[in-house]
Amino acid sequence: MTAVQQSDVIVRPRPARRTRTHLPGRRAAYGYILPFFLVFAAFSVYPWLDTAWVSLHDTRLSTYDQSSWIGLENYRNLLTNHFFWNAFRNTITIGIISTVPQLCMALGIAHLLNYRLRGRTFFRVAILMPYATSLAAATVIFAELFDPNLGLVNWALHTVHLPTVDWQGSKWPSQIAVSTIVTWRWTGYNALIYLAGMQTISTDLYEAAAMDGAGRWAQFRHVTLPGLRPTILFTIVVSTIGAAQLFGEPLLYHNGLPDGGTQGQYQTLGLLMYQQGWTNDRLGLASATAWTMFLIIVAAVGVNLWLSRRRERHERRPGGRRRHGVVTAGVPEVTAR
Amino acid sequence: MPRSSTHRRGAALLAVAALGAFVLAGCGSKSSSDSGTGSADAGPCGTTADTTLTVGLFGTFGFKEAGLWDAYHQVCPNITIKEDVVEQSADYWTRLKTRLASGSGLDDVQAIEIGFVADVVQNHADQFVNWNTVPNATADKAEFYPWKWQLASTSDGATTVGLGTDIGPEAICYRSDLLKQAGLPSDPATLASKWSTWDDFIAFGKQYDASSTKPSGSHFVDSAASIFSTAVYQGDEAYDNADGQPDVENSDGVKNAWTYASQAAQDGITAGLAQFTPAWNKAFSSGAFAALACPTWMMGYIQGQAGDNYAGKWDIAPVLPGGATNWGGSWLGVPDKAAHKAAAIALVEWLSAKDQQVTMWKDGGHFPSNSDAAAAPAVATAKSDYFSNAPVGQIFGDISSQMKIPPIGLYDTQIQQALTTQLTNVETKGTSPDDAFSAALDAIKQVTG
Repeated sequence: MTAVQQSDVIVRPRPARRTRTHLPGRRAAYGYILPFFLVFAAFSVYPWLDTAWVSLHDTRLSTYDQSSWIGLENYRNLLTNHFFWNAFRNTITIGIISTVPQLCMALGIAHLLNYRLRGRTFFRVAILMPYATSLAAATVIFAELFDPNLGLVNWALHTVHLPTVDWQGSKWPSQIAVSTIVTWRWTGYNALIYLAGMQTISTDLYEAAAMDGAGRWAQFRHVTLPGLRPTILFTIVVSTIGAAQLFGEPLLYHNGLPDGGTQGQYQTLGLLMYQQGWTNDRLGLASATAWTMFLIIVAAVGVNLWLSRRRERHERRPGGRRRHGVVTAGVPEVTAR
Repeated sequence: MPRSSTHRRGAALLAVAALGAFVLAGCGSKSSSDSGTGSADAGPCGTTADTTLTVGLFGTFGFKEAGLWDAYHQVCPNITIKEDVVEQSADYWTRLKTRLASGSGLDDVQAIEIGFVADVVQNHADQFVNWNTVPNATADKAEFYPWKWQLASTSDGATTVGLGTDIGPEAICYRSDLLKQAGLPSDPATLASKWSTWDDFIAFGKQYDASSTKPSGSHFVDSAASIFSTAVYQGDEAYDNADGQPDVENSDGVKNAWTYASQAAQDGITAGLAQFTPAWNKAFSSGAFAALACPTWMMGYIQGQAGDNYAGKWDIAPVLPGGATNWGGSWLGVPDKAAHKAAAIALVEWLSAKDQQVTMWKDGGHFPSNSDAAAAPAVATAKSDYFSNAPVGQIFGDISSQMKIPPIGLYDTQIQQALTTQLTNVETKGTSPDDAFSAALDAIKQVTG
């Protein structure tokens, strides 16, 4: 019966603190968070606004004092520009190829590590190692592995009499290669976040589910997944932002050139912005790209949140499953009271 | 020191340039003894006060490695020199632009590379000391190859933003062992006569690639880009017209260079390796190619990549198909807002003088832009052990004296990058030269706006 008592329906009181509204305490709180907002204003708000201002000008760093106002011309230029749309499509496809398998694998790994395995700590540390590896080092190694002429991957393919692949020059193979680097680096990180989320789910739920004959897969689906939903939403949002800003991997994958391959086959929006701003010295156009990217990210995150809210609302309706998934087909008894 | 006209070059040369400089510096550390010939009173140093001069450089320029800072401290004991080095020339240039725009944080001396000297001349000439108006102007100007002086000057010649350090006269470096193996002539004199035009060079390359005895997988030349970025500067125009404005479509240099380079690519005589990439670096010893266009600074690069085991297998032919030209080189300028302007001017004049440029050649492999230094016996009679005892001083000296230099412009680096990238597509992806050229023009338009 402890199971019932610890389920979050019952145990989450502590309303007392909320009602305490001490005004001086509040002032002090504002004082404490002020430094953050000063830094935020200097290093985020000001650059945002300045970037917006620059994006309305024809600006080059070399002739910065001679910038001329051109209104929305940079945006028009950008949106009618096939380099932009190529980078836009690549960002989406690389984002999908890297994020979806990454989060699925992370979830699976976290689920396994949540069991009492022998050497669990070792595995938990090991999965985080890629995240602790420097991006440059990882990318340089992967670029060597995927080298079309001398790389290990093509050597392995050749050894088993499969056709070798141009991991650098061809569009999809090169995007897969870049996505592999992202996946390799971030899977462990996300797994750790999932693991943390899983550990807030009461083990009693698993025990109860096991008692009811739910296997590991059923437990995963009916206990873990519903309990993790807020965590999953968080990782999706963060990964979406990360994917939209993808920069270092494709840059270093082409030896530090921001063109994303000789035909731009893996040039992302981040790379395009860098190329426009620093290689081509067109800061106005690059600023327009920056703001366009910002709006794209806001839109993508908005869609994520909207989808999840809609789902939540749907599930809160009578007859739908309750939010924290305590009530599921597999474990009816837990909620009987 | 990375003599680059593309960002990648600057990036890739660093490691090797650094390595080479150490090696060479180790071989001859006597530089400080023979350079203290100038008068050592306070006047020539620009100041009598104890002064620390900051010198803004990129990559490995090699002054320190050649012992010149120590030598200068002996000439001018009140002057101490502090380097302010950025690894890659592109990053250095971005930082310099930022500092020029804000008018603060400038070093007493700022290096200027050929990749952005046109921008400095066109947009920032008034922010630098004009070397035509310094007290020693006439003597300074007389030291340099005229074209070297002109590239750092406004088109009317009235303003000059820097004094030259080194230049990059080009010849052809080749693997004599591979040519022998392919049953082709391999001595420099014969090759010089066989490689006098690009058509001859490409025809020779076809013979090499057709040979049944050459190593399998080996091609004649490293890349179409190597042919292109050399031949383009043999035109009356390269990327710009006489006013320094981009003029790619009407340039005879671009047209001819594109024809030769795409011809070589389609004939399959190039290894299809993008220059300054890891795969290209490995090929200096693997034998994936037998020849490449070779400015003086490339010798150190080859030595660094191929290693000691290939000493004597590399050689240099005293010829550049299509005529003598230059790849790379730098200048030293003094910002008008420099904290110690007079002392900085004195230092730059000293570094540009004959003796110091000779030292830079002997101890760093940087070919002098000072024509007296190039004629000095220590340079003119120099031979390279590594390159089969080739008379490099004479080869590059001759080429320097015949050099033809077209106008340069603001975006040459990016334009060349766009064109050579597309040549890689012709080589490796079978893109038609016409499609590749229009794709390059498309990318160039993104730069020029």
